Amino acid sequence: MSPETVARWQFGITTVYHFLFVPLTISLSLLTAVLQTLWTKSGNAAYLRLTKFFGKLFLINFAMGVVTGIVQEFQFGMNWSEYSRFVGDIFGAPLALEALIAFFLESTFLGLWIFGWGRLSKGKHLMAIWLGSVGTLISSIFIIAANAWMQNPVGATYVNGHAELNGFSGFLAVLTNPVFLTQWCHTICASGVTGGAFMTAIALHKLIQTKKADGPDKDLKAYGIGTKLGAWVLVVAGLGTVVTGDLLGKQMVQTQPAKMAAAEGLTTIAADQDRENMPFTILPGVSVFPGFLNWLYGADKIQSTEELQAQFLANGYRQQCWVDGDCGTGKDGSKPADGQLTLQAEFADGLNAMTTGYKADAAVNPDAEDFNTIPSATIEFWTFRLMIGIGLLAVLGGLLALIVTWGGKVPKAGTIPSIMAVALPVLPLVANSFGWIFTEMGRQPWIVNGVLPTVYAISPDPTLAHSTPILLLTVVLYTVIYAALAVVEVKLLLKYIKIGLPADEDVPTVDLGGDPDAPLSFAY
Amino acid sequence: MSNLSLIALEGTAWGDYKLAVLWFILIGVLWVGFFFLEGFDFGVGMLLPFMGKNDVEKRVMVNAIGPHWDGNEVWLLTAGGATFAAFAGWYASLFSSLYLPLFLVLVGLILRGVSFEYRGKQPTATWRKSFDWMAAIGSFLPTLVLGVGFANFLKGVVITAAVVPESIGMFQVGGAGLVPIYDGFWGLFHPYCLVGGLLFVTLFVTHGALFLAVKTTGSVRDQAKAIAEKVGLVALVLLLVFVVWGNIAYGAGRGTNLTSTMMVFAWIAGVLAIATLAGAWYFNRAGRDGLAFLCGGLAVVTMIATVLLHMFPNLGFDSSVVGQALGLPSAPDVLPLLKNSQTTLTLMTYVAIVMTPIVILYQIWTWWVFRRRISTANIVDDTKKAARAA
Repeated sequence: MSPETVARWQFGITTVYHFLFVPLTISLSLLTAVLQTLWTKSGNAAYLRLTKFFGKLFLINFAMGVVTGIVQEFQFGMNWSEYSRFVGDIFGAPLALEALIAFFLESTFLGLWIFGWGRLSKGKHLMAIWLGSVGTLISSIFIIAANAWMQNPVGATYVNGHAELNGFSGFLAVLTNPVFLTQWCHTICASGVTGGAFMTAIALHKLIQTKKADGPDKDLKAYGIGTKLGAWVLVVAGLGTVVTGDLLGKQMVQTQPAKMAAAEGLTTIAADQDRENMPFTILPGVSVFPGFLNWLYGADKIQSTEELQAQFLANGYRQQCWVDGDCGTGKDGSKPADGQLTLQAEFADGLNAMTTGYKADAAVNPDAEDFNTIPSATIEFWTFRLMIGIGLLAVLGGLLALIVTWGGKVPKAGTIPSIMAVALPVLPLVANSFGWIFTEMGRQPWIVNGVLPTVYAISPDPTLAHSTPILLLTVVLYTVIYAALAVVEVKLLLKYIKIGLPADEDVPTVDLGGDPDAPLSFAY
Repeated sequence: MSNLSLIALEGTAWGDYKLAVLWFILIGVLWVGFFFLEGFDFGVGMLLPFMGKNDVEKRVMVNAIGPHWDGNEVWLLTAGGATFAAFAGWYASLFSSLYLPLFLVLVGLILRGVSFEYRGKQPTATWRKSFDWMAAIGSFLPTLVLGVGFANFLKGVVITAAVVPESIGMFQVGGAGLVPIYDGFWGLFHPYCLVGGLLFVTLFVTHGALFLAVKTTGSVRDQAKAIAEKVGLVALVLLLVFVVWGNIAYGAGRGTNLTSTMMVFAWIAGVLAIATLAGAWYFNRAGRDGLAFLCGGLAVVTMIATVLLHMFPNLGFDSSVVGQALGLPSAPDVLPLLKNSQTTLTLMTYVAIVMTPIVILYQIWTWWVFRRRISTANIVDDTKKAARAA
């Protein structure tokens, strides 16, 4: 295995693992804030008990998100130093802004929220959870802006072998990148699905268990509220995920046609196929709805990966609009940026001198091969379908939960509710992971789409720190630590789910504030 | 060439360079803030298995830093992010060449953060003991490694160059595609750097103990004061060695006309560090907890400042071989070589001017909210309750 392969595995493992916790943090902080607001406004103790119950689960999850996030801040420099050097002028700013604006906000105010029960006034304490929640949202804005820039590098010029921000308007272009806007909405909706499914599954499970054990009415009522809130969030966010996913797909046909061609299984278009009536391929060899792809992506946008690679070999990397001259008014990103073509020529030479060229040049290097710009068709095809399929399954679970609890009914315990209790929280996590694998593998062989090949981005290795064995060692250590922490986290989640809603005496009805000897109502 | 000898590359104007200096100072402030704040979190973490006579006392310790440790840690993340945004070349060289040490720091931070959060969530002795040790190891590792690392930067790490494809990287010198790398793995274990590692460990244990002394009451406070008195003395001796050895053997900002100026500042900061730590030790004995903590904090600040003064303007590279390693005709200052564009630096400066005061204000507010001392009266003993239930 080459260091590049191991480094990519390492980034993949640590990032997918980190993103198990992120969407729950975003959505559960918001849902907790909503529940606490409902309590503050109505004084209904059910909302407060739900706030405390889901707040605890949220914090157990949040801790994991925080510690796995530390790695993210540094690993661009660790294994991908030449990427960092290349993009730092543009990519570094969102990361710094995320820390300065978002991380301080969420960490400080969640600290205030955790220890502020009974120490802060109701209003200030409510403000703390809202500001913490806003912090998680701001964080997602900056990191998705950074990621979207790798998919569609706008606002850049290329000088002296690296990307530079194209003036202040360049930064504006980064923050209004069409890929960023749709991708952020898609990610936030998917987070809603994740948190909604989590809340639905747990509240419904507890509802059924409480009924079975003949528990108190007020518990049934509270769990009923939780189920309803979670399921509505799940269904509505699910709808949003579908709509934004559709928009993102249409966007990517423009900016990353090879990714979407691979996703739709369009490796080649046979001579006898009707280009105006391209069907949708559900499974390999199973095509339905002639014309579906034309309807979805626009009549003339259908190209196979084969055609895209041929265009690349003929012209170098081109966005479609550069070729057909339909770049509109020449907004950032729709034309080659300053220096981009020069850079491509330099890469072409560099790759020829190594082993591959953009187009193999036997005169430079007899072993040269053409640079393959098409991501893995198998991975893209399957991750795309698994993301959609598993995500939709979760949304169906939400609908089911709404139906069986409609009108205050409580379903009986049984196999199906048990399966749902286990599967529903997990399904969105799996769908999210496939979504990211689809997004990032579909960007290959580029680390910055059309600009920097991944093979150039890896840290050089004069000190042997980036040799395959050392990288493998750290991959193994990360995996072992992460796996052990996952066991602890799940154990704690299960424990606190089993305990359920807090008892009455843990629910303060008045502000305690002021008595220094009062026990902390929430303490480590 | 301007009147300043700092001009590194032809065409680098003083105007460009000013912002780079400002950002070096800002990143320095972030490191100082990190070590001042997270320093006592590290100290409390390291003391957790060794201090506190029972679980409730240990929980007093954890809850003393409870509302703050996560916010304190963000100073480190911001220092990393700011380095990326202002000096991408430095970020790339630093974290790639010091890959393994940084990995150890990250492992430590992961273990420690989880320990603080999860320790209280299960009231059994084994569970809590495991997390005490995880918190201690997770605090010890980053402290030790960062101590060895910053001592290395003070001393100057050997620079070497790595060849990267010509078309990328900021160095196009002679078409060679060279990027600077911090080299010399065994150099990391130089005796001076080991002194640095031990200094960080003992200084932060002292800092943590002085924090507990000012933040708790009763038996926890008494134990903390006793520890600060013992460990503080060791830290004071190590600090003396660190400052005197470092300032005499390794001139600050070497290889530039700034050397003599930087040396004056490095001596002032170093002597202040020694004086304030001695003051902290004295005030702790005299029962002036607040003053003791303040002096201990100032000792941390001035000690880090000493190191940072040595790192300007060569970012911890041993400057004597910079030019040769990078194939440049003369030895340049490293700082401007690795900086980002004027546009990005300007943009980040505006954001920092607006955001930094806001962040500092609300962090101060949290200290105000949780300003009271914590005692065992604030902690419900949940282990006994659990034992009765079982």
